[in-house]
Amino acid sequence: MTLTQADIDQEIAAEHAAYEKRLADGAPVEHQPRRDYAPYRSSVLRHPKQPPVTIDVSQDPELVELHSPAFGERDITEIDNDLTRQHDGEPIGERITVSGRLLDRDGRPIRGQLIEIWQANAAGRYAHQREQHDAPLDPNFTGVGRTLTDDSGCYEFTTVQPGPYPWRQHLNAWRPAHIHFSLFGTAFTQRLVTQMYFPSDPLFPYDPIIQSVTDDAARQRLIATYDHSLSVPEFSMGYHWDIVLDGPQATWIEEGR
Amino acid sequence: MTKIDTNRPETVLPTPSHTVGPFYGHALPFPGGGDIAPVGHPDTITLHGHVLDGEGRPLPDAFVELWGPDPDGQVSRVDGSMRRDTASGGFLGRNGVEFTGWGRSQTDMSGHWSARTLRPGARGRSAPYISVCVFARGLLVHLYTRIYLPGDEAALAADPLLTRVDPERRGTLIAEDQGNGTYRFDIRLQGEGETVFLEFQ
Repeated sequence: MTLTQADIDQEIAAEHAAYEKRLADGAPVEHQPRRDYAPYRSSVLRHPKQPPVTIDVSQDPELVELHSPAFGERDITEIDNDLTRQHDGEPIGERITVSGRLLDRDGRPIRGQLIEIWQANAAGRYAHQREQHDAPLDPNFTGVGRTLTDDSGCYEFTTVQPGPYPWRQHLNAWRPAHIHFSLFGTAFTQRLVTQMYFPSDPLFPYDPIIQSVTDDAARQRLIATYDHSLSVPEFSMGYHWDIVLDGPQATWIEEGR
Repeated sequence: MTKIDTNRPETVLPTPSHTVGPFYGHALPFPGGGDIAPVGHPDTITLHGHVLDGEGRPLPDAFVELWGPDPDGQVSRVDGSMRRDTASGGFLGRNGVEFTGWGRSQTDMSGHWSARTLRPGARGRSAPYISVCVFARGLLVHLYTRIYLPGDEAALAADPLLTRVDPERRGTLIAEDQGNGTYRFDIRLQGEGETVFLEFQ
């Protein structure tokens, strides 16, 4: 039988209710999705069933995971953070500016670290060989960017507003518009890959990927804020999105930042 | 609320993780991503293996990141893992001289990945290991594990992590020596022989 949106809606509601009950029973707030979230079917065979083995990093300051790979000016070209300038012509779509700060759990800026992004074009099509959605490709848009955070932990990208796209998990499955982000911190334990969404997207309730973050407040932290002060006159709409990396780290004195 | 007020620590809460999805292939992997060892370095080792799901099927849409110290146990602070070519906008690859310690290797259609790096040296009380982070479609939060190398049984027996792991699962953290400096390390996400994954606190 064809899996419908109504089937997925029921599963999402059940997972949400189960989380609310865990909270009511005194369980901690879950800032991260669970790896076994069945409404997102791809997770079913790809999550460990054994609990992870925990490592208390305070017991051993020599752990290599308390350090992070370094990236620098050699790894980035000047226009890597402007996805509208990577081809001969202008991409189709509404130009946007996305900026914010990369922070650790103590609110300190993470400086000089790599941010990678990728996204669909304005029509909701990825420049990826295996993508089957028949929306048009844009010869002037690849949808890939990189930057290094500055001394205040700030980043900025210029791109076009990505379109929503269908993804065939179930009948009429659509992903809300989003930009993928890949982030490094001051420790390898802080590594993060996530997705940034846009305000008030009507697809949020139907999408099992954003709903895999069952905590309502945590889910809001994936949604950028429209910021008129970031809109560039005659050019682009501005969005602000701060990112906070989880995961323990070495003492900041040792890291020198 | 996505403007964080750093003057109010209670508002500084983690950004949730999401899957990399299926369409990162034109964005994150880069040519030579697994060629971490400087060219011709005598301490070069080859690491490779398959990433497998709960039914033992290979993942063609996964990648691993490797992060390890040099043979003296020193952690690299050198950039240049993904040097860019300002003329073409493409990648130059590493310069073949410096060791950055970090690499990224995607699985092919048979779920197989490989990388060449330097044999890690010991740090602290741990036996030598390379830290691994696994990403895939379907994986809502990435997974950490470690590749320990076989050979120095005394060091492995004294390692603070390995001594805590269930003896039946300990072997999932130790690569198989295939000779000529080549080691196989399969990653089983679920089920029989499930790899030991780590959580840092």
